[in-house]
Amino acid sequence: MSKAPVEYLLHLADNAVVLGQRDAEWCGHGPILEEDLALANVSLDLIGQARLLYQLAAARMGNGATEDALAYFRDDKDFLNYTLVELPNHGALVGYAAADRDYATTIVRNFLYSALMVLVWDALQKSPDSDLAAIAAKSLKEARYHLHHAADWLVKFGDGTEESHARAQAALDHLFRYTEEFWTPSAVEDAAIASGAAVDVRTLRAAWDAIVADTLAEATLKRPEVRGYIPEGKHGRHSEHLSYLLGEMQGLARAHPGATW
Amino acid sequence: MYTQAMDIPDESGKKLAVVAGQSEQEAAFEARIDADGRIEPQDWMPDAYRKTLVRQISQHAHSEVVGMLPEGNWISRAPSLKRKAILIAKVQDEGGHGLYLYSAAETLGTSRDEMIDGLLSGRAKYSSIFNYPTLNWADVGVIGWLVDGAAIMNQIPLCRCSYGPYSRAMIRVCKEESFHQRQGYEALLVMMKGTEAQREMVQDAVNRYWWKCLAMFGPPDADSAHSAQGMRWGIKRISNDDLRQKFIDATVPQAKVLGVTLPDPDLKWNEARGHYDYGQIDWQEFWNTVEGNGPCNKERLATRVKAHKDGQWVRDAAMAHARKQQERAQKEAA
Repeated sequence: MSKAPVEYLLHLADNAVVLGQRDAEWCGHGPILEEDLALANVSLDLIGQARLLYQLAAARMGNGATEDALAYFRDDKDFLNYTLVELPNHGALVGYAAADRDYATTIVRNFLYSALMVLVWDALQKSPDSDLAAIAAKSLKEARYHLHHAADWLVKFGDGTEESHARAQAALDHLFRYTEEFWTPSAVEDAAIASGAAVDVRTLRAAWDAIVADTLAEATLKRPEVRGYIPEGKHGRHSEHLSYLLGEMQGLARAHPGATW
Repeated sequence: MYTQAMDIPDESGKKLAVVAGQSEQEAAFEARIDADGRIEPQDWMPDAYRKTLVRQISQHAHSEVVGMLPEGNWISRAPSLKRKAILIAKVQDEGGHGLYLYSAAETLGTSRDEMIDGLLSGRAKYSSIFNYPTLNWADVGVIGWLVDGAAIMNQIPLCRCSYGPYSRAMIRVCKEESFHQRQGYEALLVMMKGTEAQREMVQDAVNRYWWKCLAMFGPPDADSAHSAQGMRWGIKRISNDDLRQKFIDATVPQAKVLGVTLPDPDLKWNEARGHYDYGQIDWQEFWNTVEGNGPCNKERLATRVKAHKDGQWVRDAAMAHARKQQERAQKEAA
């Protein structure tokens, strides 16, 4: 039976944990109580996915690896997540700048990512790597809800007020170029594709384009033109933002190495 | 989580006064209360009963929502993924409690918007326990164990509250709170079996939260503003002091198992009373905090105000979209 390489599992897990961390930043600060609960739900799903993937990776790595060692004791350059998921919940700013959270940024990011992941998990649930396939089958159900939730709000924003339309368009303009990273395989993905246990994301592009086109049309939003720089987070080369995110996430665990919680 | 604040007057509370003059409706209401029956939204009820309930249930809802903040403070830094997931789920539960308590209060004819306006403008109270900072990771466990533990003591009797929607909401809330309490205690047990630094965190959190939790039960019975009427109406079932004693008696053995010291030199078993004696609660500090001058009152309220303000455009968008959809549907139908 072919098995997905550990680095591929880490790529999937890192995406989930980092976005889970970002979405959880809304807990207690949502625009309405129902959205507080919804975003917490999305975050919980993503952290749950990350845990399963890290556990699987740790089991295959052996040598005492654990889910928490993988999440808490790897540095930013070892994280293989898309740059898209690590960006702050606001517009484009340098790493040490501070700004208010912007719900449009959060919704657009969740939309772009979950539109991909419904396709990725759908493909992976047929993976010959049965452990990964089982995680994918569970994650697919969650990603469908995440996509539904984000697309629903994106339409509300696009079709809502002048301000919400402008905010959603600005968030799209900011984030869209980060999706270019989806379509250029990393060495990790190449190896995973070669193993036969992974999905070649390039084959999902047309389907992703269609999901995006449908929702943007309904939302009366424009798909931005992108050119130039292609982000490389999944190669371990990140934005300025990931080390801050991990600094906060990992700080307590690293202050007490060897402790059990 | 929960509020002691039902005994704390706020602006609407000041208007409370039972108008005498027994009507037939009032007699029926009293008879149902006396028979330990439930009052439902469509039933006639005295104005003062309605106002008291709106005040109490909305304070409770506000407490759940504000209570998301002290624990939410540790979500991003939870030291393991398992604990992070547990904490997010817990804080989410508190938000859920807020949601169905607001709904229960809405059955009394007050909208959620009005209640939230009361909170954000500072007219309405919420539980003072959330005006204290969460300074180390063990605070999360201690809030589960002690704060939720105190809340459960307070809330179990409310499952038999005379107002149907509130009592039914409380049955569900209590189930979740007792789950949270066990989770909190379990997290502390693990920490106490861990490193010296972890044990110090737990003791530090207990030291800071113990007295605040005792104050959660509200002022001593002799000074409690609303207790007597609340008892009569079946809104409050057990007195503040009795609940406090019950909490202490239940908690002392748990602290022993855990291996922490409760920070009260006067805490000892009184054979004659069959209860633990305990020291003096600092009511001055309690009232300072209730009146808005505790360590985190300003931060908590300002954070709620900011979330509400920042979210205005989101709510506006949802309303505008719904309106447009309706207009489109009407146009199509025409």
